[in-house]
Amino acid sequence: MRVYRILRTAVRALRRNIMRSTLTTLGIVIGCASVIAMIEIGQGSATAVRKSIESMGSNNLLIQSGTAASGGVSFGSGTILTLTPGDGEAILAECPAVDALAPLVRVRPQLVYGNRNWVPPYIYGTVPEYLDVREWNLAEGDVFSDRDVRNGSKVCVVGQTIVRELFDGQSPLGKEIRIKSVPFRVVGVLTRKGASMTGLDQDDLVLAPWTTIKYRVAGTSAQTAVQTATVAGDPSQRINTLSQLYPGSMTGLYPVPSAAQLANTPQPVRFANVDQLLARVVTEDQIPVAMRQITELLRERHRIRSGEPDDFNIRDMTEMARTMSSTTKLMSWLLLIVACISLVVGGVGIMNIMLVSVTERTREIGLRMAVGARARDILRQFLVEAIVLCLLGGIMGIVLGRLGSMVVTSLLKWPTETSIPAVVAAFLVSASVGIAFGYYPAWKASRLDPIEALRYE
Amino acid sequence: MPLIRLEDIRKTYYRGEIDVPVLRGVSLSIDRGEMVALMGASGSGKTTLMNILGCLDRPTSGQYWLDGEEMSGLSMDERAGVRNRKIGFVFQNFNLLARTSALENVLMPLSYSHEPLSDRQAHERATRLLAAVGLGDRMDHQPSQLSGGQQQRVAIARSLIHDPPLLLADEPTGNLDSHTSVETLRMFQCLNAEQGITIILVTHDAGVASYAQRSIRMRDGLIEDGADDHRVTDGVAAAGRHAGGGENR
Ligand SMILES: Nc1ncnc2c1ncn2[C@@H]1O[C@H](COP(=O)(O)OP(=O)(O)OP(=O)(O)O)[C@@H](O)[C@H]1O
Ligand SMILES: [Mg+2]
Repeated sequence: MRVYRILRTAVRALRRNIMRSTLTTLGIVIGCASVIAMIEIGQGSATAVRKSIESMGSNNLLIQSGTAASGGVSFGSGTILTLTPGDGEAILAECPAVDALAPLVRVRPQLVYGNRNWVPPYIYGTVPEYLDVREWNLAEGDVFSDRDVRNGSKVCVVGQTIVRELFDGQSPLGKEIRIKSVPFRVVGVLTRKGASMTGLDQDDLVLAPWTTIKYRVAGTSAQTAVQTATVAGDPSQRINTLSQLYPGSMTGLYPVPSAAQLANTPQPVRFANVDQLLARVVTEDQIPVAMRQITELLRERHRIRSGEPDDFNIRDMTEMARTMSSTTKLMSWLLLIVACISLVVGGVGIMNIMLVSVTERTREIGLRMAVGARARDILRQFLVEAIVLCLLGGIMGIVLGRLGSMVVTSLLKWPTETSIPAVVAAFLVSASVGIAFGYYPAWKASRLDPIEALRYE
Repeated sequence: MPLIRLEDIRKTYYRGEIDVPVLRGVSLSIDRGEMVALMGASGSGKTTLMNILGCLDRPTSGQYWLDGEEMSGLSMDERAGVRNRKIGFVFQNFNLLARTSALENVLMPLSYSHEPLSDRQAHERATRLLAAVGLGDRMDHQPSQLSGGQQQRVAIARSLIHDPPLLLADEPTGNLDSHTSVETLRMFQCLNAEQGITIILVTHDAGVASYAQRSIRMRDGLIEDGADDHRVTDGVAAAGRHAGGGENR
């Protein structure tokens, strides 16, 4: 009730000089609008940067097989294959910080399509979940299925660079490319992802079921001494005409299983190792937790006694991500500081006009005192006027800032993000600017001597 | 008990080294229901005295009883409360809020009262007062749309919003032509006679002073004449005379 009356008095006083009130608030309007716009644009770009970092795999963990060492000579990471798809399944099931996982088998052979050829850095044998882990979508077609992985189907998904180099930008769907003489049908095309943080072209990539890569492509060359897997003969492999076109590599390594052996193992035992496991962590800040969980689990699964070194290692990309996001953070802070300075300038404008207003309304103040206003009534009245001005300016600024960031989004295609905390902050800041810069003029008004004020010309 | 009693009121302004004594020992008393004219040459200290009577200023020394209460010892805020409840001011230059309707002007003092009326009550009261001063049809006019006499009547209505026992008017007709002066003075007389409001008006003009029942003359910060005439005649007779005087005019 009282508050309502005080507000009413303030609004009436402001309305009496509507033009000046409007001009006075302009500083706050602009200040608030720029704060809102800056925060929204800043957050938008920060999110965009974070997304692109994430798309490079900032929340991914790469689990590699350990190092073989012999008499103090290390053969480098991945020289012994200790990881199995079972490890992957266990990690996914038992590490809550990991929400997606894909095993990887890497080969690096030549691709041939028609009379063209191309050697991508890696051809990955994996599972469909790889796309979830990398947060990658398909531009065309579909990813191969879990069934394809089980059956070792000869299908693949290709990246944009492959489309450009092998297919001249034409749709490769349904076409067959040969990877080391094995024909793979293209079932899907990945969207463009661009270069990775280390400058590698991420689109220069072929994905295929890991079983196919392991047993049909890599199986011929990457078998190491440690490899203990036995591969059951697959009928499709035998009728593969291309493998007969280039004889030599496929034969001799394995004994051809007899019919009795095949009958004994109706479902081929695929106890196989993979090169790497790629895990996606729920959020970036969970990475250390995930690393610890995975380490514990794998040590247990691999029966590594405490004190012995791990037979695997885990790599993350947080360092790079941190650098990138700290840059955008710095930028948003700078923008925010500039916006705050404009708010302060707006506040000084308010103070200036309020001082003029106090001088101009000296007689009014004298009169109000004569009819019984106490010093604190006068103080409160002018303070409330300043705060009302600032809040109205703040609301207008918030609306204007929103509009501004919407215009920026639609015209410049910059990403922006609505920020409720920014709106609340702008509101509070404009109110405090009103209090801070309205206080001195209001105090001055309240200190007037009623007699002098009434006599003021 | 008189409404106003001053006992050896002194007011000295200190201008650097020199003291400027403006009131040099003023004693007077004014009864409830009196209408008094305060006269004197320019610079004799009338406005200074009115400021003290109106609790806008404090005397340098001396005592001031208003309605039985000692005023000279009150704090700023307490004096503001007294002004709000007990004193109405009418100024020479009207002092209305610009770009504010007559009604809002009349309502203004209510926002500083301790027991605020409801909006409806306040509105009713202001309307009644404006109608009483003959501005019932001008309530939404702003000061710039009113004549000087009408503005002064708005100011009078404003001074009465709290039903004060005391009305102080410093040269209320100073900015008015003779015709509207007479109108305004008749209004004061009317208020004094019908509602028993004590009125003190400052004037240079003997004609204006003749509307009052008593004149107090000042000269160089001292009362020359008319400080307390009820000491001369006895109180009852004086009261009867005053009441009669009001009716005669
Ligand atoms: N604030 C002040 N500081 C110093 N001297 C003052 C102050 N106010 C008034 N005076 C002096 O006090 C004296 C009386 O002033 P006051 O205003 O009371 O006169 P007045 O009787 O009202 O005159 P007028 O009829 O012209 O209005 C004047 O000489 C004036 O110069
Ligand atoms: Mg004067």
